[in-house]
Amino acid sequence: MAKGKVEIRIESCKSCGYCVKFCPKGVLAIGENVNQKGYQYVVAENPDDCIGCAQCGQVCPDAAIEVYREA
Amino acid sequence: MAMEKVYTRTTGIVKDMVSGFCPGCMHGTVHKLIGEVADEMGRANDLIRAEGIGCCGLGQKYVTHDSAICLHGRACAAATGIKRNEPDSLVYTYQGDGDLASIGLGETMLAANRGENFTVIFINNGIYGMTGGQMAPTTLLGMKSTTTPNGRIAEEHGYPIHMSEIINQLTAPYYIERTTCADPAGVRKTKSAIRKAFEYQAAGKGFTFVEIVTSCPTNWGLDPISALDFIKEKMLPEYPLGVLRDKGKEE
Repeated sequence: MAKGKVEIRIESCKSCGYCVKFCPKGVLAIGENVNQKGYQYVVAENPDDCIGCAQCGQVCPDAAIEVYREA
Repeated sequence: MAMEKVYTRTTGIVKDMVSGFCPGCMHGTVHKLIGEVADEMGRANDLIRAEGIGCCGLGQKYVTHDSAICLHGRACAAATGIKRNEPDSLVYTYQGDGDLASIGLGETMLAANRGENFTVIFINNGIYGMTGGQMAPTTLLGMKSTTTPNGRIAEEHGYPIHMSEIINQLTAPYYIERTTCADPAGVRKTKSAIRKAFEYQAAGKGFTFVEIVTSCPTNWGLDPISALDFIKEKMLPEYPLGVLRDKGKEE
């Protein structure tokens, strides 16, 4: 059971890859599908590994990520 | 088990709006941090932004607080007037290196010298962004730009300007710090620097200056991830991080 969860706002993502680089657990990856602006948005590839540390949200320049953690 | 929201979009930027910044541009990160700090201080409605000219202008509709678009380089002069007339508000200028360190050098130095009670957020990415990648005062030696196609040469173009160090020569400024947004720890430090600057301003302490070393992947000709390495390998040795002055600690 994952300790955390990420929610990605697909239309805000510009595929810069900062969240993918800084996720300590390798949860995120750049997906294959594109959003309306034509960017390949980020997806949670391994959602079960998420620990809810929120580093992805902090580095995201476009505030596209919301993070949840087990209370 | 119930999940608790630990990180969410700040109210300081417009809900559901996509910024006009390029992929990986750290203007977005800093806009977000300013909003987060204001949220945490409970002062989101008191913020007033005096904005420079350049890519930072793309943020004018992205932020939710009041803002003034100032003449090129004159944000510190405009902020002086705003703060003196609205002393209860939190006033900050948001300027890039071309705006603050080049055309606005005079206004910036004089506002700092007067110890005006507002915060300067200075985005240093070593290049002019919006106009198409020309050399800025902060461009590194050897760094290529559209106006220095063979790289910046000291004999022809002078040396990179260190704004934090220059302002540190003056007596009046209260708080000066240089940070970066190149990694999560840097983002958190930038946030605490902005918080400290806003708190000093709210306490009426005087001029606070936060220089943030960021990237411009588009005009550096790098992808966003390689631009992070460029910051660490090239920009930070020239612009060392740290608190240059904190009078609050001396008192």
